[in-house]
Amino acid sequence: MALLEARGVTKMFGQLAALGDVDFVVEEGQLHGLIGPNGSGKSTLLKCIAGAELPTAGRITFLGQDITEVTPAERARVGLSLKFQVTSVFPELSVYDNVLLALQAQDPLARLTFSRTRAARDERVRAILDDLRLGERAGVPASVLSHGQQQWLEIAMALAARPRLLLLDEPTGGMSLEERRATGEFLVTLRRSCAIVLVEHDLDFIREICDVLTVLDQGHVLESGTVEDIQRSRKVQEVYLTRV
Amino acid sequence: MAPATIVRALEAGLLVTFALLPLALADFWVIFVTRVLILALLALSFDLVWGFAGIMSFGQALFFGSAGYGVALLARDAEVRSIFVVLPAAVVIGLVLSSLVAAFLLLGRNPPSLTFVALGTLTGSYAADRLARGWYYLGGQNGIPSIPPMTAGPTEIGEGRSFYYLALVFLVAVYAACRFLVRSQLGLALAGIRINEARMAFFGYRVQWLKAIVFSVAGAIAGAAGGLYAFHEGFVWPNMLGVILSTQIVLYTLFGGAGTLIGAVVGVFAIEVVSFVLADAYPTVWPVILGVLLLVVILFRPSGLIGLVLDQRARAGAFRVAVRRPRHVPGKAADGAA
Repeated sequence: MALLEARGVTKMFGQLAALGDVDFVVEEGQLHGLIGPNGSGKSTLLKCIAGAELPTAGRITFLGQDITEVTPAERARVGLSLKFQVTSVFPELSVYDNVLLALQAQDPLARLTFSRTRAARDERVRAILDDLRLGERAGVPASVLSHGQQQWLEIAMALAARPRLLLLDEPTGGMSLEERRATGEFLVTLRRSCAIVLVEHDLDFIREICDVLTVLDQGHVLESGTVEDIQRSRKVQEVYLTRV
Repeated sequence: MAPATIVRALEAGLLVTFALLPLALADFWVIFVTRVLILALLALSFDLVWGFAGIMSFGQALFFGSAGYGVALLARDAEVRSIFVVLPAAVVIGLVLSSLVAAFLLLGRNPPSLTFVALGTLTGSYAADRLARGWYYLGGQNGIPSIPPMTAGPTEIGEGRSFYYLALVFLVAVYAACRFLVRSQLGLALAGIRINEARMAFFGYRVQWLKAIVFSVAGAIAGAAGGLYAFHEGFVWPNMLGVILSTQIVLYTLFGGAGTLIGAVVGVFAIEVVSFVLADAYPTVWPVILGVLLLVVILFRPSGLIGLVLDQRARAGAFRVAVRRPRHVPGKAADGAA
């Protein structure tokens, strides 16, 4: 059974079809890249999977369970996690509390209210921050981080609840080359614990770390397959040569 | 001085002052300050919903007044005046009513806008005021006068020092409970909701349920304040339910500093004292002077009076949800966060 299956997903914005009859499948442990020209529907598909948008038609299942109309909170609770394209950290809170906020999201109310589990969570929060080179900045407000560091913090928050599927929308946007390289290395290590769907414009970055690619064009799946298959595809070359 | 230290010093100073005040004040002033303490409870309820959970309620008077009317009817029609019955009854009335309002305004299919909730609570407060004015059973425009004093066993608790200390105990207990709540992990979640509600849902938080719970708890606090107020004043009237009092509570909290708890208490005390002094000195134009003063503070110091001693970052970060490392005890699990 596939981890995630989207079948016939269509999303209309008025008369405009952002997605038309899209099929998209992610297997356990896969690092699945989603590429395509601007406006091809990559972010819209990610939003439909995460629950930020409801598809106009089609069906999405996660671990065999139909989640097409389930709220974002319930999707997060079954193991889906989204890192937004635009960074949306909590600027007034410390870097540490940003991660803690994500980590404790599924605690029951009584535990949130009465327990003093910050100490118990401390190890996990600091481990995530260290993994993403933010350990030294735990105490500073998130607003003072550089853009690249805010992207890392976003990834840290998305990872905090140990998701089964991590959806990353342009995680390296605004990063330096060195930061991109470090992010790529980190994502590769993550595949042991969760599957990843990655939307990126940087094709070199995608090629280096993904094992499967899906190419979207004008709201439709143009091609899907291994990196080598996609590189050989005439249809993909045509789109990238003429429109990108 | 660290922000947390400033707040603790302010809390301790106010507690000692309030504890000793009746020993130095004449009866008139003891009654005056008792009223301030009860209104501070009401302001705390608003601070919890707006300052921490980001719910703009223009209807806290609805829960305050309904509980006041409820205990007044208990005393008038059922001759129940025991503190052990009437105050829990006031809390329950506030809790049930606010839960119903929360279910209607907050738990719809789509998350409600700030304006929808503000107008919804305002409408509830206005409707309750009009209902009470037109309902003969509730005494119409005149309300319910001559409520007999509350009793604790054979003892009557009339206005004066005993009522003062009762109100102070309630205020301190509710303040401590709110302080515990906002500094817990739930407090961190509320801070997150106030900053970016939509993002919180993607972590898995059931945001609207959390907001509804906080709104209901605040309604219970407003209910307790309403029960105390009804017995302290000896009568209830439609203004206790209405828009004017609801707005006044918003002003108390914004004037003192929303999202700090202590600011709500300071705001009530400051506005009530300044109102009294101005009314004495300028009997005709004092409301205008007070209005201008409130506007100046809220426009130029949005963080309220508390903003004079705590900057915005201190209020939002270290003061509310401090990062604390656990104490590492060799051979033992660490403890001591939050």
